Amino acid sequence: MNAARVGVVTFPGTLDDQDAARAVRLAGAEPVPLWHADHDLKGVDAVFLPGGFSYGDYLRCGAISRFSPLMDELIPAARAGLPVLGTCNGFQILCEAHLLPGALTRNGGLHYICRDQGIRVENADTAWTSDFEAGQEIVLPVKHGEGRYVADTETLAALERDGRVVFRYVGGNPNGSLNDIAGITNEAGNVVGLMPHPEHAVEELTGAPSVDGRGFFTSILKRLVNA
Amino acid sequence: MARVIVDVMLKPEILDPQGQAIARALPRLGFSGVQDVRQGKRFEVEIEGEADEAALAEVRKMAETLLANTVIEDFTVHVER
Repeated sequence: MNAARVGVVTFPGTLDDQDAARAVRLAGAEPVPLWHADHDLKGVDAVFLPGGFSYGDYLRCGAISRFSPLMDELIPAARAGLPVLGTCNGFQILCEAHLLPGALTRNGGLHYICRDQGIRVENADTAWTSDFEAGQEIVLPVKHGEGRYVADTETLAALERDGRVVFRYVGGNPNGSLNDIAGITNEAGNVVGLMPHPEHAVEELTGAPSVDGRGFFTSILKRLVNA
Repeated sequence: MARVIVDVMLKPEILDPQGQAIARALPRLGFSGVQDVRQGKRFEVEIEGEADEAALAEVRKMAETLLANTVIEDFTVHVER
């Protein structure tokens, strides 16, 4: 059977698309480059929105990317169930596009944080986390200046009540996120956003703190193969 | 031509660490009596023709769509005289 095809989006200013494509390939899927200015998802089975500084973070992180031609295609596809993972700037874009609730704001301590970070997987039922156990603690790199998750009280309560907080920081909150939130999902569980970087933690050779990032890619692959 | 000003501020309940850093710096520079500082953004939008109600409605739509993220920010619109 043909390999599952995972689209990796590049905006002007995206940094992590090569690592993301490599992680997809290592997991046994075919990475498909998607260009921000195209109205074309190329028939992919899932989409990875990588990190970086798309459109220079002008105005707000993700605010301009969210209106790119590719997003005109991606937003309705994600609402219809296409699995989408956004990391870091990708998470910011998903929030700006209202595919995920809330927003990412400047780190509480104002500093750009780059470190290995403990994370607890709170929800192992999403398209991107099924290869983890609920409660499992993993280590992934974080590197961001605007990762403090905020949402109004009602939204926050609903996220907690419905198990839509997918990842929580452990061993210290790097950015002041409400409820130590590192990542969330939409109601259907097909769209997941998180600030940490699974695509940077798939190979020991690169000095990654772990290979825990592989689980994201094996999760989506299993989902696509069993679909 | 008219100039329409859009002021965007973080909602009061959203922490503003940049404003806090400024508020902490001011007393060190000898400015006393500052209770709080919050930092926002100002946009100067130059439009063709008069800033009538229809034009202002259009600028409000711009603010809602792009200039402000209404999940975390409030905005006000006024015409510069």
